[in-house]
Amino acid sequence: MDVIEILATVGFWAATLRIASPLIFATLGELICERAGVLNLGIEGIMTMGAMAGWMWVFKGGDLWGGVLFAASVGGAFGLLHAVFTVYFGLSQHVVGIGITLLASSLSFFLFRMILPAATTPPKITAFQVYEVPYLVDIPFIGQAFFTQTPLTYLAIAIVPVVWYGLYRTPVGLAVRMAGENPAAVEAQGIDVLAVRGGAVVVGSALMAVGGAFLTMSAFDAFYFGMVNGRGWICIALVIFASWRPVKALLGALLFAGLDALQVRAQQISGLVIPYQFFLMLPFVLSIVAMIFMSRRATYPKALLVPFRRGERI
Amino acid sequence: MRFEPRERVSVLAATVAPVAGVAAALLLCSVLILWTGESVVEAYWLLLKGAFGTKFAITETLSRATPLILTGLAAAVAFRAKFWNIGAEGQLYCGALAATWVGTGLLTLPPVLMIPLLFLAGALGGGAAMLVPVVLKNRLRVDEVVTTLLLNFVILLFVSYLLEGPLKDPMLMGWPQAAPIIDEGVLPRLVERSRLHLGLVVAVAAALLVWLVMTFTVWGYEIRAVGHNAVAAAFSGININRTIIRTALFSGGLAGMAGVTEVAGLKGYLTLDLSPGFGYAGIAVAMLAQLHPIGVLASALFLSAIYVGADSMSRGVNIPTYIADVLVATSMLAVVLSIMLARYRIRFN
Amino acid sequence: MAVLEIVGVTKRFGSLLANDGITLSLDEGEILALLGENGAGKTTLMNILFGHYTADQGHILVRGQILAPGSPDAAIAAGIGMVHQHFTLADNLSVLENVILGRESLWSWRQDKTRGRDHILKMARDFGLEVDPDALISQLSIGERQRVEILKALYGDARVLILDEPTAVLTPQETASLFETLRRLVAQGRSVVIISHKLHEILSVSDRVAVLRRGAIVGTVMTADADRDSLAELMVGRSVVRPKAEPMEPGDEVLRFHAVSLGEAKLDAVDLSVRAHQIVGIAGVAGNGQADLANLISGLARPSAGHIELFGETPARLTPQSVIAAGVGRIPEDRNAVGVIGAMTVWENLSAEDIRKPPASRYGFFLDAPAARRRAAALIEAYDVRCKGPDAETGLLSGGNIQKLILARALSREPKLILANQPARGLDEGAIAYVHERLLAARARGAGILLITEDLDEIMALADRVAVIYRGRLSESHAVSEVTVPELGLMMAGQQSERPRHAV
Repeated sequence: MDVIEILATVGFWAATLRIASPLIFATLGELICERAGVLNLGIEGIMTMGAMAGWMWVFKGGDLWGGVLFAASVGGAFGLLHAVFTVYFGLSQHVVGIGITLLASSLSFFLFRMILPAATTPPKITAFQVYEVPYLVDIPFIGQAFFTQTPLTYLAIAIVPVVWYGLYRTPVGLAVRMAGENPAAVEAQGIDVLAVRGGAVVVGSALMAVGGAFLTMSAFDAFYFGMVNGRGWICIALVIFASWRPVKALLGALLFAGLDALQVRAQQISGLVIPYQFFLMLPFVLSIVAMIFMSRRATYPKALLVPFRRGERI
Repeated sequence: MRFEPRERVSVLAATVAPVAGVAAALLLCSVLILWTGESVVEAYWLLLKGAFGTKFAITETLSRATPLILTGLAAAVAFRAKFWNIGAEGQLYCGALAATWVGTGLLTLPPVLMIPLLFLAGALGGGAAMLVPVVLKNRLRVDEVVTTLLLNFVILLFVSYLLEGPLKDPMLMGWPQAAPIIDEGVLPRLVERSRLHLGLVVAVAAALLVWLVMTFTVWGYEIRAVGHNAVAAAFSGININRTIIRTALFSGGLAGMAGVTEVAGLKGYLTLDLSPGFGYAGIAVAMLAQLHPIGVLASALFLSAIYVGADSMSRGVNIPTYIADVLVATSMLAVVLSIMLARYRIRFN
Repeated sequence: MAVLEIVGVTKRFGSLLANDGITLSLDEGEILALLGENGAGKTTLMNILFGHYTADQGHILVRGQILAPGSPDAAIAAGIGMVHQHFTLADNLSVLENVILGRESLWSWRQDKTRGRDHILKMARDFGLEVDPDALISQLSIGERQRVEILKALYGDARVLILDEPTAVLTPQETASLFETLRRLVAQGRSVVIISHKLHEILSVSDRVAVLRRGAIVGTVMTADADRDSLAELMVGRSVVRPKAEPMEPGDEVLRFHAVSLGEAKLDAVDLSVRAHQIVGIAGVAGNGQADLANLISGLARPSAGHIELFGETPARLTPQSVIAAGVGRIPEDRNAVGVIGAMTVWENLSAEDIRKPPASRYGFFLDAPAARRRAAALIEAYDVRCKGPDAETGLLSGGNIQKLILARALSREPKLILANQPARGLDEGAIAYVHERLLAARARGAGILLITEDLDEIMALADRVAVIYRGRLSESHAVSEVTVPELGLMMAGQQSERPRHAV
């Protein structure tokens, strides 16, 4: 089977959507944070925490959507912590972000070990099942490819226009974008910059956590260490690749996931010739390439990484 | 509410702040310990004993501190220039790789030459891992945070491939592990029947060297200037690109040397689990030390004590070892905040 | 009835007393000018009024109601609008978006852009502030951006309009147009507070003048009863005479631009000449290519066409290092962001340009801090830099002292060419006089000086020749004695005057 043949299979496209889902959530989440002017390097840790939190809720007997909400809340809580340090106190976003990643990751592993002391194979939970959208699933090829996904994937796609509308067509979205371009302008209009930036970080972090929860509640049905495997960092590259635009973020995530799905299938074919590690490297290498490609024209939000200190001598 | 810089930041405040931060972190983590049902006092006591209680424990703590000193220095040097090198983990492995390539039979020299050669190879290996991110940053303005981070994954996968393939020790039955470093290259033990090796001396020497360079040389001045205000530094004639390259290579080289201490000192051969996150922990080490090279010695020791102590503690009480990582992460955040509070006054109006 | 009453407002920043028991009132339909030199506390007072800062003591009444402190929201609701000195606009967003931000509830799900657009166009017509609502701010000229800033303030139906140094970035003609707009606003019953340190403008537009000195009001006069000298004396507390250049024979050429161009349209075939013992002034409104001109001479940019001659030689490439080594002293436009590194010490900043040479270092590698400190102490003394010593943190120095530090660094090696870019901006009268004295002294010693400034008074007082830069093109240079300020103003706006000129 060569590349064209792979592209012609239903399985490839279904896998693409599935692989893209956590990336869509997390990229949109990071996008919102950065649009407000805050680089959130806690993404990897928050995704890990979201994965663990969602799994834990269901493992302890809760329902699936409750788990998603719980994961989002936990993510939002870490976002709040990040915001207090970076937005309120104006500390280095790089350092705080790495600290949050370390904290959220280690805390999720700690809690997981507390719940499951025995170090054998992690128990499975009943994850989201595939939901076939009536009528649409009967469309030849497209039906099987796109409409036999789990509900979280449909949610991921649905969130994109919501985020787009929120950023571009609502007053609060304008405030968020302005906070990332010139926070002094926001303050001059009587809006609390700290609240806008902080709120954006909380919402963005909640989305990231849902992306993590997808991994335990939709893709696999257990939590294991090293689950997130660098997806968070890849999403940071994707945000730049998407020029901080929601629709482009969706396309970037799909493109990326497609290449990943391709790589998995290609591995099966030529795995004997090229060692599997090189295939696994592809997502990371591609992310770097994507950044190289876009960095030339990247119009960063002007106030990204610049803390806003109220009342500093202007 | 606003923040006003204090007119004078006393030396006392500068040294008390990190301690206060650590104390706050210990307090917060005791909440976690309480939740596990164990006694806080017993847990911390076991931690302390586990780190310093016996002669062996002390040697363990010191030997774990060795790579942390080096990765801490790597982060401290880079962060001074505001070059966010998060890739120390990968650079460590590159250094270990270089040492493996040179030290498993390529050449045989007497130890007094072999050991420095291994460290040189490791430094070059770690520095080489920096080339791509630094060139991308200087030429194409690609942010180094993501490139150094992503490279960690790439490098680890590459090491995995090498260990299962070209570098695999043919003597062992299927286990992915490289051939051992030859005897002439193994770092001698500092204390009998312990794992403490010469690497510690090298690490301390490196800290002194970094301090000398940062404080007394033009290079150090330029690194600091670029880190504070790159635009003003360029205006006054400092070559920004060259300074960044120098910083990056220096930083990568230090991390690479950490790889050498583990491969040639602790383990004796390259494996995939050579580093349980020393690269990332180095960032915590650097922040706790406020990027000061001599302070790195103290904070590396502190972190190492926590890791070693927690290993031992988890055998005595029912607390997962991850408490150590939680404690380190909490300390890092708490210290960053307490340092800021030492430098700024809060005004409520 | 008084529309605004400021009562006993006091504000401290650390040990600095920025406002000292200020009591002031504003009547309906009045244009009140707040006059004071840089650092007198005018902007601080207005920031307190607008809610950016909170006063330590005192209160403010708007139409008899107490104004809630520390909240721009409350100020806007009370009908106060502020046009900031440094525009609070986002470059990457449109005029419409910048103006309607915050005008609708943040909890609302919908944004009414049509209503916003209509309102803006109506206000633009009413007040003569024409602008395209969908243009991105980055596409607008400085004058147009100021119009957006004013529209922003008026959008909320502000009854009291504060303008902070509005004419700093305008040509004389644009200034006249702005004042016309202000008169129209006031005729409708609004009130205006205009902050400025420019005496002739205040005299032409205001009804009353309140003078601030070192944080306190030292006098309030009706404009009709005041004149330049009385205001100047109130402002500074003593009669201040800014130094003036004495005529001098120019010497050899130190700088020459031959048809230098930069980029697409940043600079276009610029010809320029500066000789020893001569000050050449470049007049122009910000954003017409001055920064690019300065960058070329500083070694931070390379011309895309033409070449630059320095002391009669044409170097292949100019870098900051080579330019410093060749004997050029540079005073940058932004002393805080570009001129010094605030976090480093005074001696480190004084040694910044020759850190690789003695006395700052040995063999170009080892820092010689004691020697560098000794030199710094001598420079601090010679250039009157008020600080705690060579080890003081530079960021804690006042603006004037930072500028003196930069002067010390740039002038102490007796450069033959000096680039002075807005050297007196934001300084109080005493510091301005000092800077001008130093520049004139350097000229007397034989340096050639290229003075880039927006302040026409500065050019008329110091320069021998003047050229105007507009949209990247440099006019012919004229002897200062042969031009008038209005003529320069026309050239700054891109219009030539009728009178024939002599050649260079």
